Amino acid sequence: MALISRGFRGRRQSAETAGRLPPGQYATRDFPVLSAGPTPRTPLAAWDFTVRAADGRSARWTWDEFTALPHQTTTKDIHCVTKWSKFDTVWEGISIDTLLSEAAAKGVTSSPHVIARCDGGYTTNLPLADVTGGKAWIAFMYDGKPLPPEHGGPARLLVPHLYFWKSAKWVRELLLMERDMPGFWESLGYHNYGDPWREQRYAGDE
Amino acid sequence: MNPAATAPRIAWRLATVIEVLPETSETRTLVLDVPEWPGHRAGQHVDVRLTAEDGYQAERSYSIASPPEESHLALTVERLDDGEVSPYLSDELHAGDTLELRGPIGGYFVWDVANGGPLFLVGGGSGIVPLMAMLRHRNAVLASADADVRSGLPARLLYSSRRWDNVIYREELAHLAESDPTLEVVHTITRNPPDGWTGFRRRIDRAMLEKIGWPPSEQPRVFVCGPTPLVESVASALVEIGHQPALVKTERFGPTGGST
Repeated sequence: MALISRGFRGRRQSAETAGRLPPGQYATRDFPVLSAGPTPRTPLAAWDFTVRAADGRSARWTWDEFTALPHQTTTKDIHCVTKWSKFDTVWEGISIDTLLSEAAAKGVTSSPHVIARCDGGYTTNLPLADVTGGKAWIAFMYDGKPLPPEHGGPARLLVPHLYFWKSAKWVRELLLMERDMPGFWESLGYHNYGDPWREQRYAGDE
Repeated sequence: MNPAATAPRIAWRLATVIEVLPETSETRTLVLDVPEWPGHRAGQHVDVRLTAEDGYQAERSYSIASPPEESHLALTVERLDDGEVSPYLSDELHAGDTLELRGPIGGYFVWDVANGGPLFLVGGGSGIVPLMAMLRHRNAVLASADADVRSGLPARLLYSSRRWDNVIYREELAHLAESDPTLEVVHTITRNPPDGWTGFRRRIDRAMLEKIGWPPSEQPRVFVCGPTPLVESVASALVEIGHQPALVKTERFGPTGGST
């Protein structure tokens, strides 16, 4: 039961906007930056991307190989655990489905869990089912331009149906795993799954 | 199984405003009594939730300004003219009112004396708030420690404000620095330095960080909090100077534009 804040009116959203806002979120036009440390800057010549199976077998792409893979443009609402949501963000990237099928052709077998590993040491964990079936991408363009470093460039994971900390910036590897393992924020008090529509912000939220 | 998955839910609590302390023209501190507060670490924050009469709710995060050693919880809130929650906290809330919050939240941008030093804090504007909790915590612990311990945990704060009147906790920072030879507080005033100002008068840059901070060889614990452009440029400069990225912890707020 919530306490009524005497005299608080708040800023109502239009009915259409309100239906797109998960509980406790507000819509912003800005694109705030949140990261726990300095922004890593890896030159594209040194950048690569790896999908690694639980048994260690892997598929690897250089930047040129990676960006030559079939890619898609997708328009999504995104929701940050720090309460802001941003509507209709436009991304270009490679579907995880594409990466996994390319990797499978190189003998990389699938597993039920995945952890994203990033430059700077950041990690985040996801069920494989949440990054397959057209739900997740490795994005390298935002709003028609190369993704800026502070927003995760050259490439970030994009999993828009979960809180945005799951959309790991500066991602370099997807590690497939037989068992779940908490990532960076998931080890520091944030929710293991992070569904914004169920307001799963912190460990213990149902 | 992830141990965090079995953690208890962070409950909403009903806090009572004990006191409201003016800080600057844009900021004030809410001193709160929070029954059964589980304790916190310096640098953590809380979520505040406001509910209108028709059930509409808004939530925002605020850094905790008070150290773990204090019995009351202090939040220093900056009034954003176009904000949804901060004008209410700044204008409407008075001593005796109640407020819903939950926390503490965040386990990375935290420091306690057990983490060691030297401690180098870099803040801009209201980004001082979680850094102040660290300085207050350090002071509370070291007040009863001997000189050896104190000299092993030196601290430096580099704090950027637009104007001298915008400096939050100005008196308290001066007092802390005067009473503690192992704490150094350095201001830079970027817009209108007061008459006779001899200190820095530009945005924090690499040269300033090299002059005020410890060299990377000392492995200082570095915390940077402020508007995004400040944090981006400071964190990048610290890495260029040679600090290990893992020892540079950042907290950014606000949109990508703006500046302090």
